[in-house]
Amino acid sequence: MRLIKDYVARKFMFLLTLVPTFIVVLIVFGLFQKSKPILLAKSFTGLLFSSAWQPLKGQFGLFPFIMGTLWVTFVALIIAVPISLLTAVYLSEYAPRWVRDLAKPIIDLLAGLPSVVFGVWGILAVVPLVGDVIAPLFGTYSSGYSILAGGIVLAVMIFPTIIHVSLEVFASIPYPLREASLSLGATKWETVRYVVLRKGAQGIIAAGVLGLSRAFGETMAVLMVVGNVPVVPKSVFSPGYPLPALIANNYGEMMSVPQYDSALMLAALVLLVVVLSFSVLARWILVRAERRAE
Amino acid sequence: MTRGPEASRLRRRKWTERVFTWLMAGSTFLVIGSLLVIIGTIVWKSLPVLKLSMITQTPKGGYYLGKEGGILNAIVGSLYLAIGATILAFLFSLPVVLYLNLYARKNSRISSLTRFVFDVLWGIPSIVYGAFGFLIMVFFGLRASLLAGIITVALLELPIMSRAIDEVMRMIPGELAEASYSLGATRLETALKVIVRQCLPGILTAVLISFGRGIGDAASVLFTAGFTDRIPTSLFQPAATLPLAIFFQLGSPVAEVQRRAYASAAVLTLIILLISVVSRVLIKRITKHVIK
Repeated sequence: MRLIKDYVARKFMFLLTLVPTFIVVLIVFGLFQKSKPILLAKSFTGLLFSSAWQPLKGQFGLFPFIMGTLWVTFVALIIAVPISLLTAVYLSEYAPRWVRDLAKPIIDLLAGLPSVVFGVWGILAVVPLVGDVIAPLFGTYSSGYSILAGGIVLAVMIFPTIIHVSLEVFASIPYPLREASLSLGATKWETVRYVVLRKGAQGIIAAGVLGLSRAFGETMAVLMVVGNVPVVPKSVFSPGYPLPALIANNYGEMMSVPQYDSALMLAALVLLVVVLSFSVLARWILVRAERRAE
Repeated sequence: MTRGPEASRLRRRKWTERVFTWLMAGSTFLVIGSLLVIIGTIVWKSLPVLKLSMITQTPKGGYYLGKEGGILNAIVGSLYLAIGATILAFLFSLPVVLYLNLYARKNSRISSLTRFVFDVLWGIPSIVYGAFGFLIMVFFGLRASLLAGIITVALLELPIMSRAIDEVMRMIPGELAEASYSLGATRLETALKVIVRQCLPGILTAVLISFGRGIGDAASVLFTAGFTDRIPTSLFQPAATLPLAIFFQLGSPVAEVQRRAYASAAVLTLIILLISVVSRVLIKRITKHVIK
């Protein structure tokens, strides 16, 4: 009887284990099916690289939205990567114990804050900062609802991701390596630069890629501060309209305009495919780094 | 002491060291500070409007024009949704992770594939889950409802929870399971009575982390859970959620309603903080059953 129970449980768990894989396939397949009508009606490159977005006239150029996403993500990475890396190095190599014990839960908490909360903060603090302080500083005008505001908010959101992965990478570097460098008279920073950062280079890239894919799909926080104007952005002070915001903003009317839902599902599919390839890339880099370490 | 170029080089190296130490400490300060600034800003802006009636009343007529009422509908809706989704995701995650760690051979193809798939699922943006949930809804002819929202959010939570549980379970030494087998226990008995108990603190953290994610996510429920001023009484009714309540109130042109959005954001932040504190306290108390 106990053995039968065990057998049944085993089969049952095995079946459940197949489900996650099935879900991924189903998501890709489902979105593809739904975006098929528009893919059949229009040329693929036309959809991706046309700037004409007029759903009522049946024009669905996703280019402004793709550019909006790229701009925001890029700005966020430029801000987040150096700051997160320096923080991770500090926490793993320099910081006294109490700072480490203080910082860990705070970073966890930052990771757990809902994106709407980031968005509200963005509207209250970042948008006025960009509009009233940073833009005049550069001698331009900006309403504040801009690529830069979106990038800053996103950067804060992806700090925890990059810091976490980098900390793991640094922790996996053996201590004797550092000691060897220090005993040769290198300063601590020189040890970090020539030993820790070099040894962990691949892991750091993977951390960046993971942060990138997080930033790429973030919806609500960005949507709230980025302005949502469907044109290709000209500078960081101009508004943009990223892909996720496009999907989120238009779910209401998408059923009433022909091909609209299909276009939005295509947008979701593009997001999914990009993020999937980032995941695979990050994984590949990490696995290779691990193999080399062994 | 050496003089000349040697000494100046040493000075430069020491100077670089100092600059970078400051840069690093500054970055850390910035990261830690950003959390405090975010919470501070939201609390500061919401203090003048935060009234008890906000969290004890549902919206009355004209609430979105600045009249009386509260966001109880959204708070309860979010709790229902997140609790449902967390239970669903847990019923899924635990067996799968147990299978990966006890039944499947180490580094077998299925376990590495499944772990990889969890990583992939973890990376999928919540708006894509929202779109997918919407597709499922349309496919089964469901309307936006609590149930559809629960299913979508469960999908979103699944990888978060599974990865977190898996991380703890992998840490358990193999001897523990072997000791149990050698006493004649089957794998199922070992799993439920030894391994799960040993991982309990970790499992609990995983559940609470996913719960926090579920309650705070807006993009996935945007299409699926709908929005209503009433508290849902069945799975097939639409449910308001706190993140969406914040979002919609912010979109209002009435200043009073916008300020309520800040207050709602403060409520949501408070819930998240509470979850984090509770999980820390619980872990300390539960750890006493764990064999070290």
